[in-house]
Amino acid sequence: MASPPPLHLAVALDGAGWHPAAWREPRARPGELLSGRYWVDVISEAERGLLDFVTIEDGLSLQSARPGEPDLRRDQVRGRLDATLIAARVAPVTSAIGLVPTVIVTHTEPFHVSKAIASLDYASGGRAGVRVRVSAARHEAAHFGRRDFPALSLADRARSRAAGLVADLFDEAADYVEVVRRLWDSWQDDAEIRDVGTGRFVDVGRLHYIDFSGRWFSVKGPSITPRPPQGQPVVAALAHGSVASRLTARSADVGFVTPRDAQDVAGIVAEIRSEQRAAGRAGELVHIFGDLVVFLASDRVTAGRRKARLDALAGAAYVSDAAIFTGAAGELADLLLDWQQAGLTGFRLRPGAIPDDLEAITRLLVPELQHRGAFRRGYESPTLRGLLGLPRPASRYAVA
Amino acid sequence: MSRPPKQVHLAAHFPGVNNTTVWSDPKAGSQIEFSSFAHLAGTAERAKFDFLFLAEGLRLREQNGRIYDLDVVGRPDTFTVLAALAAVTEHLGLAGTINSTFNEPYEVARQFASLDHLSGGRAAWNVVTSWDAFTGENFRRGGFLPQDQRYQRARAFLHATWQLFDSWRGDEIAADKESGLFLADPRAGTFQYRDAHFDIAGQFDVPRSPQGRPVIFQAGDSDEGREFAASAADAIFSRHGTLTAGQAFYADVKGRLGRHGRTPDQLLILPAATFVLADTDSDAAELAHQVRLQQVSGATAIAFLEQLWNRDLSGYDPDGPIPDVDPVAGEHTIARGRASVRMYRDPVATAREWRAKAEAENLSIRELIIAVTGRQSFIGSPASIAQEINELVQADAADGFILVPHITPGGLDDFADKVVPLLQERGVFRTEYEGSTLRDHLGLAPLTRAGLPRRAAS
Repeated sequence: MASPPPLHLAVALDGAGWHPAAWREPRARPGELLSGRYWVDVISEAERGLLDFVTIEDGLSLQSARPGEPDLRRDQVRGRLDATLIAARVAPVTSAIGLVPTVIVTHTEPFHVSKAIASLDYASGGRAGVRVRVSAARHEAAHFGRRDFPALSLADRARSRAAGLVADLFDEAADYVEVVRRLWDSWQDDAEIRDVGTGRFVDVGRLHYIDFSGRWFSVKGPSITPRPPQGQPVVAALAHGSVASRLTARSADVGFVTPRDAQDVAGIVAEIRSEQRAAGRAGELVHIFGDLVVFLASDRVTAGRRKARLDALAGAAYVSDAAIFTGAAGELADLLLDWQQAGLTGFRLRPGAIPDDLEAITRLLVPELQHRGAFRRGYESPTLRGLLGLPRPASRYAVA
Repeated sequence: MSRPPKQVHLAAHFPGVNNTTVWSDPKAGSQIEFSSFAHLAGTAERAKFDFLFLAEGLRLREQNGRIYDLDVVGRPDTFTVLAALAAVTEHLGLAGTINSTFNEPYEVARQFASLDHLSGGRAAWNVVTSWDAFTGENFRRGGFLPQDQRYQRARAFLHATWQLFDSWRGDEIAADKESGLFLADPRAGTFQYRDAHFDIAGQFDVPRSPQGRPVIFQAGDSDEGREFAASAADAIFSRHGTLTAGQAFYADVKGRLGRHGRTPDQLLILPAATFVLADTDSDAAELAHQVRLQQVSGATAIAFLEQLWNRDLSGYDPDGPIPDVDPVAGEHTIARGRASVRMYRDPVATAREWRAKAEAENLSIRELIIAVTGRQSFIGSPASIAQEINELVQADAADGFILVPHITPGGLDDFADKVVPLLQERGVFRTEYEGSTLRDHLGLAPLTRAGLPRRAAS
């Protein structure tokens, strides 16, 4: 029997790990979460495991257990650094792993973000991506003072009053990604000519105004930053439900989905593939990665004990939007291959606690997958697009 | 008894997107690859410089309605490169220009606070203002800011970020695994700022960084700009590097500090300076002329002339005489995205001076532009340049210099190897970093939790 296509594997990094009590684990470093050294150590460990990329969570307010509003809790990690700058800090001291910071598109400037990610691509030699997120939170809007959103409870979000706002935010996000991408293309790869004879540094015919005009913003261009090494750094988004999946289908290279089981995988993947066709992208490779929170060890009992200990410290069983896996690396490998069969191209694992669950991924799960012929034994490409099997696109403005 | 000599402050400016930067030289490398930034930062740190500086411009320059192609074009994102440089340096301050018009305080504050954390206290911010609709075309709000409100907005922006930086005292994170207390004060980061420009409130999400606030630079030269610097900046990036002009500027700005309850040691004056270094003074003079020829091609000379004349002069011969027509008065339209055109406050009078000089000295357009624009600040042997820098600092024409090499990225190497040791021998420049933060390098007292400089004896 032919071996399955290789899996793609990423980890999602957030503070001390995804479990709210992760910072209290014996090996956690809760006092160092704001230091460069912590992030270098964690991402270097992911790179030792040959993972495709890391994502770095971010938001424009203090972390909160209550969606959309502050919670004033004292018992969980609060305070964080800008994810793009964490990625930049790590870029020169890593060499192969992709770096995908989260950017909130609702309150930021596509022009700034486009050049920031392009610059991350330069600093990392072609390993940059960006995970885009919207913010409907009223308190985050108040930090900027330029827009006023209604207060939305979780229950409201499902109702039509909120649905209009959320749909608008995702439409804005699609415009945002369009602008970011056009700016990356606004310099053709060969725009810089350094022609001493004529004294021209660039060929202005190879620099392009993007002239984007939309409902939320207009951007003239070109970028101030030349086309990044990958041409188009990788764009990722969480594809939670129909509105969000449409953004992935229209605009992203990688979507993160949260299925509960293999059957759920099939349904979610079918919906995104259908949206992808509707968006005219049927021929393009769009990755669909399954998100899983993992509490992982060499055996099921050890993993279960750690999860139970963390839940006890937190005072409640951990719940997540993603499925939670607690067990041994071999069992997780079975599950991943099963869900891959159902249509996923990769996984983004959210380590319950750092470093334990991260090391279990890199030192137990990865060898297990390698043993089954399902994961790389060495980095095969210096760029993130290369690792994901995405070709380097020509600039849309390049004249054939 | 004479006072001990002042210590010289030195910084490295990454070569910019104007004609100072000679891209046509065979030694010229990339203006965008990270290795170029790492090279210059490495040289600056080896030489124990205070900081590296990155400029910014948010729209490609245009002249005569097209993108200006004679100078280096293309720059990275300031924050991203500075954060990456934090990985390859240990002591060097990391300073960058960030615009206060096309950004919002919450985001800029979290970026600078993050950079300060990630670099262990080495962040600095050159606060600039712009108002032009030309740059605004790249941003959500467009050209929203009237010119006469730009300093008002910059001041408000800075005060808003200060409130954000100071919203964490620095002792709120307990991270006590035993008791389970992570955040001692769940209201840490609370802020509210409201004025004509901003109405923001909430909780800032980046805890207090090592320096508390980034070091603040200001570069404006107008009366309003100087007053803004005197009220709020830790250092001025000035353009007055000669003895007479430097002393006048130095005295003027330091004289303004008292009105803001500040003392002269709380604001450093750091002019930008270029240099041409060779083994002997005469070799350096010859080399300086060659560099000027590289910097001012015939096409560049015409472009400079157009910036003053404010009209298309592409039909003129750069090796021929100065145009006998006068500049077009009124709003500047020929060159866009370029702050320097505003320096010509009376273009007609300046044009007359240039014409008179060209006629008296029999200069072509190119020769004139070489003569009247951008001569290098320091030209000479290592000993001459070291002496000149030290004299200017001791004479209170400056507190130090921000050096702008004309070659990317190796243009500072010789200065580091040959001039810096001579300053160190004179005892006016550090031989090792004594502190860990940029404030330490600049001799600025650490900030109190309220954002005030801490005084030794009080």
